[in-house]
Amino acid sequence: MKILVCCGNGLGSSFMLEMNVNKVLKELNLKAEVEHSDLASAKAIKADIYIATKDLANQMISLDGYVIILNSIINLNEIKEKLIDAFKKLDIDF
Amino acid sequence: MLNDLLNKDRIMLNIVCENWEDAIKTGTKILLNDNCITKNYEEAIINNFKSLGPYMVIAPGIVLAHARPENGVKKLSMSLITLKNPINFGSELNDPVKLIITLAAIDSKTHLEALSQLINLLMNTNDLNIIINAKSKEEVLNIINKYSIT
Repeated sequence: MKILVCCGNGLGSSFMLEMNVNKVLKELNLKAEVEHSDLASAKAIKADIYIATKDLANQMISLDGYVIILNSIINLNEIKEKLIDAFKKLDIDF
Repeated sequence: MLNDLLNKDRIMLNIVCENWEDAIKTGTKILLNDNCITKNYEEAIINNFKSLGPYMVIAPGIVLAHARPENGVKKLSMSLITLKNPINFGSELNDPVKLIITLAAIDSKTHLEALSQLINLLMNTNDLNIIINAKSKEEVLNIINKYSIT
């Protein structure tokens, strides 16, 4: 499974979010390949789950995959809840 | 690492700003004066806000202001400012903003260690509140030092 974390520039907030996604995956004892990128590059990268913040939500809809929209990149509970939700919908065991 | 970047010369507390652009420029001015970035970098950050929206308001009250290395970064650097009066950046969920961290990265890797230390700090509500309400740079530096151990 591959998770792509996106932000406007691909080097600040998306990296912070990637760290937190990895923390949550570890807690859930799940293995996934997590990468971060800017929005423009995201369209060319195939992933099962794309994650971005709310402000970028309308630029994420053209992506071919499950999209998670977050309100805050530092709220671990929100990340966890929405990832679990995504896994359920994608039929991934955790 | 984080304390190498956020030292006393890169911190300004309880600044009065008129609006979000003014607040961004206060953060970039510290780096501009130290010859770490060009004026173009400041403009790139403001244009990013205008074109991409307030996504750089990364959490309640916190802005991580940045653009790309090729937009005018000369040296890896960061600045931290707190605002006397909170300012709205147009973020439905995370306004108003009280803390602005400006990041100038030279590539996509060199800043990651400092950035990971910074996020650990921002995720500790107690330490974050100490910084947001700090009256002196010493209070801020004490917290930053705590997260700078590698």
